[in-house]
Amino acid sequence: MSKALLYDSTLCIGCKQCEQACATQNNLPYDDSIAAEEFQSAHKFTAVLTRSDKYMRRLCMHCGDPACASVCPVGAFHKTKEGPVVYDVWKCIGCRYCMAACPFSQPKYEWGSLNPRVRKCIMCPDRVTSGQQTACAEICPTGATKFGERDELVREAQERLRQNPSNYRPRIYGLHEVGGTSVLILASVNVEEFGYPASERIGETALPEYTGQVMERVPDFIPVWSLVLGGIYWISHRRAEVAAAEAEEKKNGGAR
Amino acid sequence: MKVKLTFWRIVFLAIMALGIYSTYVRYLRGLGAVSNMTDQFPWGFWIGFDCLCGVMLAAGGFCMVGAVYLFNVESLHSVVRPAVLTAFLGYLLFIVGLLFDLGRPWFIWHQLIYRNPHSVMFEVGFCVMTYTTVLFFEFLPNVFERMNWKTPIKWIHRIYPVLIVLGILLSTLHQSSLGSLYLIMPSKLHPFWYSPALPFFFFGSAIAVGLAMTIFESTQSAKALGRHLELSVLVRLGGALLVALWVNALLRFEDYFHRGLLRQIVRPSYEGYFLWLELALSFVIPIVLLSFKKVRLSPNGLYLASVISLFGFITNRLNVSLIGFETYVGHHYMPKWTEFSVTLMIIAMGFALFRVAVQHLPIFPKDDRAHVGSTIRVGAPIASPVLEHAGD
Repeated sequence: MSKALLYDSTLCIGCKQCEQACATQNNLPYDDSIAAEEFQSAHKFTAVLTRSDKYMRRLCMHCGDPACASVCPVGAFHKTKEGPVVYDVWKCIGCRYCMAACPFSQPKYEWGSLNPRVRKCIMCPDRVTSGQQTACAEICPTGATKFGERDELVREAQERLRQNPSNYRPRIYGLHEVGGTSVLILASVNVEEFGYPASERIGETALPEYTGQVMERVPDFIPVWSLVLGGIYWISHRRAEVAAAEAEEKKNGGAR
Repeated sequence: MKVKLTFWRIVFLAIMALGIYSTYVRYLRGLGAVSNMTDQFPWGFWIGFDCLCGVMLAAGGFCMVGAVYLFNVESLHSVVRPAVLTAFLGYLLFIVGLLFDLGRPWFIWHQLIYRNPHSVMFEVGFCVMTYTTVLFFEFLPNVFERMNWKTPIKWIHRIYPVLIVLGILLSTLHQSSLGSLYLIMPSKLHPFWYSPALPFFFFGSAIAVGLAMTIFESTQSAKALGRHLELSVLVRLGGALLVALWVNALLRFEDYFHRGLLRQIVRPSYEGYFLWLELALSFVIPIVLLSFKKVRLSPNGLYLASVISLFGFITNRLNVSLIGFETYVGHHYMPKWTEFSVTLMIIAMGFALFRVAVQHLPIFPKDDRAHVGSTIRVGAPIASPVLEHAGD
C-alpha cells in the first residue's frame, strides 16, 4: 500500500505550478528569479527543466531502500510505510554522507547557514498520511504528475506505453532502478539528458546491499578476531615465559 | 622565561593566526564561506585529508602495539611509546577536524543515542570514540611514571592485555571501514578507485603507513631532539615495510586484473595520471629503493623511502575521496585557502603537542633524554615537516 508519483513528461507543459506549490507547501521562497533557476537547491526541492520543447521534472526519487537512510549515522532519514523518505532535522549532525551516497544527488545543503539542514523533497508526508495527494500532484493542470498507489501507477504507466508506444521511450524509469523507487518517470527522450543517472550505471541492486555485505559480517568478525588476537597474545607471551623458565632452570641446574 | 623567536616559531605562529581566522569564518559565516564544498561536492579536503589521511597516519599506534605486545617483538620496544603518542594525538586532532567539517558539530554526541547500525559512518564513529579512549589508557602510564604513581601503573598493567586486543580489534574495524564508506557509491566513484575490496585496501595500506610513519617519526624526532637513532630498529621496520608494500601492491594488481582494468589504467587519462602518481609514490619508488640492501641499511635511505610511500598513500586517499568523483560531478574541486589553513593549523597543533609531550613525559628511553635539553631550547625544528605536508 505504498504511495508513489508518476511523472509523464509528455503531458508536462512546463507551467512550473508544481514548483510554486512545492515552495508554498514547504515554506520556501518563490519568485520569478527562483522559477528561472534550472537546478535544485536547498530552497528548490523540485525543478522543471526545459530543453527546446521538452520538459523534465527533477525531485527526490524516494527509493524503496534509500541509500540516504542506510548511511546516516544517526538515522535522520527513514522510509515511511506510505512511501515518502523523510528527514528528522533534530537528529542530523551534518556529516553530509547522505549527499555523498545518494545516486540521484538529491539531498542539498544550506551551505550559508550556521545551523545547516539537509533539504530535499519529502513527498509531503503530512498530506500523504492524511490521505491527500502531494501538493505538486494536486496542482498539476495536465495530470503530468499523478499521485497514487505504486502498483496501480506502474500498471497505468505500462498501459500508456502499450497504447502509445511511439510517444515514449520504452521504459519506466524508477521501476527497477536501485531496486525500485516511489517516483516513476515516462518520457519521450532519455531522462539521462536531463541529468538523471543512466539506468545501467546505477543498476537494479538497492545500494544499501553493497555496504550490507560488509556490515553484516561485523557481528561475527568481532568475537572471532578477538579470539585470534587473544590467542596470539597468549602464545607469544607463554613462549617467552617458558623460555625464561627454561633459562632459569638451566642456570639453577648449572649452579647445583 | 624568555622565549626566542626562531624561524620555525614564526612559521608556527603564522599558521596559527591564519588558522584562527579561518576558524572564525567557519563558525561565524558557515561552511559555504570557508570552503569550496558544494551540493555536488559535499565532501571536500577536510574529509579527504583530515579524516581519511589523519586516521591512516595514526595507524603506527596499533601496528607497533601489535608488534611489541601482541607478537612480543621485544626489539621494537623503544618505538611503542612515541607511536602510541602519535596515534593518541592523531585521533584527538581527527576529532578536532571533525568539529570543523560537521555542519552541526554541537550534535556530535547524537551518535551515542540515535544509533544506526546499518551505517558505516556510525561504525567508524563508534570505533574511533572507543579507540581514542583505549589510546588514552595506553598513553596514561607515561603520565603515571612522570608523577611516580606506582599503584595506577599496576592497574593499567593488569588490564593491558584487554587494552591491546581491544585496540587492535577496533583499529582493524575502523581502518577498513573508512574504505567501506565508499562502497555505497559505485555509480559515482571512478572505477580506478571503486572496488569491492576497498576495505581490504584501506586496512592493508594502514599497516604499511603505520610502519612508514614509525620510521618517519623516529627519524624526525631523533633529528629534532638530538637523540641518536637505533639503526637496528629502523632496519627491522624497513624490512617489514618492504613486505607490506609488496602485499599491498599485489592486492591492487589482483583487483585491477580481476576487474579487467589493466588496459585502462595504463592508458593516459585525467584519472590515469593521478593513479600513476599514486602507484609510483606508494609502491614503485619505495619498493625499488628498499630492494637495495644499501638503502635498507641506511637511516637516510629508510627515511626517504618511508616519506615517499607516505605521500603515495596520502595521494591514494585524496584520489578516493576527491579526484575519483570529478568525472561524475563534471567539474574540478579545488579547496579554498581557508580549508588548507584549518588543516595546517591542526597539523601544527599536532607537532606542537608532540613536542610538549616528549619534553615533559618519559616517551623516549631515559638515557636519551639526558641530552635533549640543549637542543630543545634552540627552537622548533620539529615543525619542519609541517611544511612538507603543505603542498598536498
